Amino acid sequence: MRLEPLTAPSIVRKVGFPIAALCGTVFIASMLAMLAGANPFSVLGLILKGAFGSQFALLETLNRATPLIFTGLAVAVAFRAKFWNIGAEAQLYAGALMTVLLGTGALPWPSIALLPLLALVAILAGALLLLVPAILKTRFGVDEVVTTLLFNFIFLLFISMLLEGPLKDPMGMGWPKSARLVQDARLPRIFESLRLHWGFGLALISAVGIWVIQTRSTLGYEMRAVGLNRQAAAFAGIPVNRVLLKTALLSGGLAALAGFSEVAGVKASLTLDLSPGYGYTGIIVAMLALLNPLGVVVAALFVAGIFVGADSMSRAANVPTYLADMMLAIALLLMVLAILLTRFRIVRD
Amino acid sequence: MEIVEILFTASFWAAAIRIASPLIFATLGEVICERAGVLNLGIEGIMVAGAFAGWMAVYSGTGLWVGVGVAMVVGMLFGLLHSALTVPFGLSQHVVGLGVTLLATSSTYYAYRLALPEVTSPPKIVAFQPFEISLLSEIPIVGEALFSQTPLTYLAFISVAVVAFILYRTPLGLAVRAAGENPNAVAAQGLSVTAIRMGAVIFGSGLMAVGGAFLTMSAFDSFFFEMVNGRGWICIALVVFGSWRPGKALLGAVLFAAFDALQIRVQQTSIGTAVPYQIFLMMPYILSILALVMMSRRAEIPAALMVPFNKGER
Repeated sequence: MRLEPLTAPSIVRKVGFPIAALCGTVFIASMLAMLAGANPFSVLGLILKGAFGSQFALLETLNRATPLIFTGLAVAVAFRAKFWNIGAEAQLYAGALMTVLLGTGALPWPSIALLPLLALVAILAGALLLLVPAILKTRFGVDEVVTTLLFNFIFLLFISMLLEGPLKDPMGMGWPKSARLVQDARLPRIFESLRLHWGFGLALISAVGIWVIQTRSTLGYEMRAVGLNRQAAAFAGIPVNRVLLKTALLSGGLAALAGFSEVAGVKASLTLDLSPGYGYTGIIVAMLALLNPLGVVVAALFVAGIFVGADSMSRAANVPTYLADMMLAIALLLMVLAILLTRFRIVRD
Repeated sequence: MEIVEILFTASFWAAAIRIASPLIFATLGEVICERAGVLNLGIEGIMVAGAFAGWMAVYSGTGLWVGVGVAMVVGMLFGLLHSALTVPFGLSQHVVGLGVTLLATSSTYYAYRLALPEVTSPPKIVAFQPFEISLLSEIPIVGEALFSQTPLTYLAFISVAVVAFILYRTPLGLAVRAAGENPNAVAAQGLSVTAIRMGAVIFGSGLMAVGGAFLTMSAFDSFFFEMVNGRGWICIALVVFGSWRPGKALLGAVLFAAFDALQIRVQQTSIGTAVPYQIFLMMPYILSILALVMMSRRAEIPAALMVPFNKGER
């Protein structure tokens, strides 16, 4: 068999395959839940109900989607330039670390000045952290997939070291946990009555901002060109390495905002379980969104919905929660295949 | 001074060889995949799946070697999934690889929870025991380190020799290497690039799973979550360090394992207790990155690595 590009794919193809991928995911997940003794026909309903069925569930989904929008954007920006940043997890913790370093009383500033500063410092930290693999790539040709992956392990150990050493909260009953943020360093709620903090607002603003950069700026154009064909971009006079470094700074900064938003908006202190793999899940979010920054918001809501919904389903139907991760992996693989089939036709020879 | 003394003990080198064994299997598997032109980032998850599958088989009553076979087959199935998506369809090897890792890891944990819903601490199996090769194991230091290992370790070393022989001395090996260097030439010979690449990924993934199984069936006797703990990613670095050659990759794995064994021992010395233990745990990852930086300029990367092949397209 071989693949033949379609010049004008039909609308049925463009919509049909992605929908088929989603249906396939639900079907496989239902079968898997049946293995655990659940009624397969109730799985989808239970997940949807658990994720969107009540105001509480919906807010939980939105809160869970917030860090995923940031990490999803971070990955989408980087992957668009074919810069494989798998290190969003470490960059997230870099942002969280800065938020805790400066937000626990070091700066007696009012909220209006302190929060922007914290966000900015977090962005810087994440950007700098990703700059190291980026320079290793542009200078020495070291593959960034491996370095960014390994950085996740190194940085988490670093955080663990700080939490058991200088950052350890003396009031923490011996747990490796930082001191709590001062009140002025906490992100306020968007609506007083709803449990949804401004991190979500910031995530939406970032998504629009990245969309503008990608579609309306020279940098966005250059990043796309570098991603499409590095040689051609260089030939056209685009400074490829500089664009890659800028991409890395942007990507790392976005991932760090996830850490800032989780600490300042939700947890108020830093622990080693701040992120249940938001950095890695960001890759799925970005891929499901086809690397489109606005799509990232939708994909993050979808992924967060699966997590929240599967959590509640697993309690209701006694299915292990790992089903959620399996669903995401299946959705990811089926979706990349479906997207390919919207543009290519399989020809037998 | 203590550190130098450590280097001359047989138990240190025995530990290094033991730590190296799973890395040798998995690195060898990755070498085969990449030599054929496919980057397999499913390695981390495939090792998790292999670790569980082999252990679970033995726990359910099969023999140890059957367990190794089960792990291998499970790894090959994930290899089939990976290669089916990346080779004929030419999908992004980064994305599919990470997807396979996520799928293999989560389905392993899911299966673990289904198989053992009630347990708090995982049950143990009777793992592979050290098998002393008579005469050879009596050589001081070298013999004790090399020839008092478990059979799986011997298998790791034998596999390297066999794979190296196949890669460099047989038509099959030539075809695999050519598929990673110049797939058009392979197609011009009338061979199927798709079949060669898929075969390489499937077999390589099987080896990765055996590497994982080493952890539960030889190094330890039980399955824990997070037990693979980034070893797969380290193997990706070891492939580069070994310039995509089985022998050099073996050397890299042993060298790396020696450092790992050393840091464990230094932790217990007077210097070690003064330093936070996290510094020691970071060392393997930092070493991998340093190795990559050192080797990257000299590495002879397969020319068609990560380049999908679509027949009739040039």
